[in-house]
Amino acid sequence: MTEAAKPAADIHAYLAELEDIPGTRVYTAARARKGYHINQFAMSLMKGDNRERFKADERAYLDEWPISEEAKEALLKRDYNTLLDLGGNVYFLSKLFSTDGLSFAEAVSTMTDMTFPEYRDMMLKGGRSPIGNRSIKGGY
Amino acid sequence: MARLTAGVGSSHVPLLGVAVDQGKTRDDYFGPIFAGYDWTREWEKAEKPDVVILVYNDHASAFDMKIVPTFAIGCGEHYKSADEGWGPRKVPDVEGHADLAWHIAQSLILDDFDMTIINEMDVDHGLTVPLSMMFGTPEKWPCKVVPVAVNVVTYPVPSGNRCWALGEAIARAVASFPEDLNVQIWGTGGMSHQLQGPRAGLLNREWDNKFLDMLESDSDAARWIPHIEYLRETGSEGIEMVMWLIMRGALGKKVKTLHRHYHIPCSNTAIGHIVLEPAPA
Repeated sequence: MTEAAKPAADIHAYLAELEDIPGTRVYTAARARKGYHINQFAMSLMKGDNRERFKADERAYLDEWPISEEAKEALLKRDYNTLLDLGGNVYFLSKLFSTDGLSFAEAVSTMTDMTFPEYRDMMLKGGRSPIGNRSIKGGY
Repeated sequence: MARLTAGVGSSHVPLLGVAVDQGKTRDDYFGPIFAGYDWTREWEKAEKPDVVILVYNDHASAFDMKIVPTFAIGCGEHYKSADEGWGPRKVPDVEGHADLAWHIAQSLILDDFDMTIINEMDVDHGLTVPLSMMFGTPEKWPCKVVPVAVNVVTYPVPSGNRCWALGEAIARAVASFPEDLNVQIWGTGGMSHQLQGPRAGLLNREWDNKFLDMLESDSDAARWIPHIEYLRETGSEGIEMVMWLIMRGALGKKVKTLHRHYHIPCSNTAIGHIVLEPAPA
């Protein structure tokens, strides 16, 4: 006797929905593949010696990694939205926040259209509302 | 036999660890957050669990992108606090319970959960912040810990249903461990928060509280919440709440709520905390 198999989830529909959220890059397998070396570079900053070498010459340190020129520029500029587009993930990129001595909230605020004091104020007032922020297609 | 006596849900925001480590837990910002844990700290002193099965996610500390286990269980004797880029938190080492952990790991694999076994790792704020919230700042943690690490970063993360079922299987495994142990299970992470992109800072008090209501009820409806709903309603990192379902699944059909707390904000995040115990059906 075998049990009836559960219908397989539709991975294509699942992945398409993940792209329908305004201002959000869900860390999908496609992004994880694209950003692999960006994230592994960021992980390398967990080691104090690497942090020192990176701080001494950021460009030279980045040149040791098989990362695209676009991603290197974005890393040098701390352009986190571009890094998300290139497959960076915030938990990995946070190793760069701490190397820079930036709090998580301050680093996160640079990805929004607000200054850090404005962002902090928004959070104290209850955060960003989900209304109008749930779906690109649906606009709700 | 080992007894699963309670379940605890809690956020594990790293800033809470900073507040503990810098003695700021009663200032204007952190006071209302920590006050919501006072009841639990007293309760834990009375309960004296022998072991906590602590469900959490690693934040690029023990695991990098080389290996991404969906469900992993710590079977080691002890774990050190991870250096997350600021130096390790100065908290006691975490003592494992290798006998119980290996028993659970073996039982889960026979029960169709193909666990990854961890023998050595450092544990980050995902694990040490909940310990600080529940136990304060002791010289030594008052219980042993079996870490259960869940991938909630690289998609697809496990479904709510799978997490719930894992909780049920953990409960069966605990019940068949011969030693008389008082065991708790904690689900950590969440609640609503988004740490990335132009939508960062999203919080959803209404949805979070609806989720807490669901955990308190007899229904298992929460296990069917699809990933997209967490993402749309609670921000990209709100997905961590699937880890609370492992805790809730382990407690059985009926639960009694002992304590509940909710506060906005802590840094980028909504703080949620709940203490449940299994109730007779």
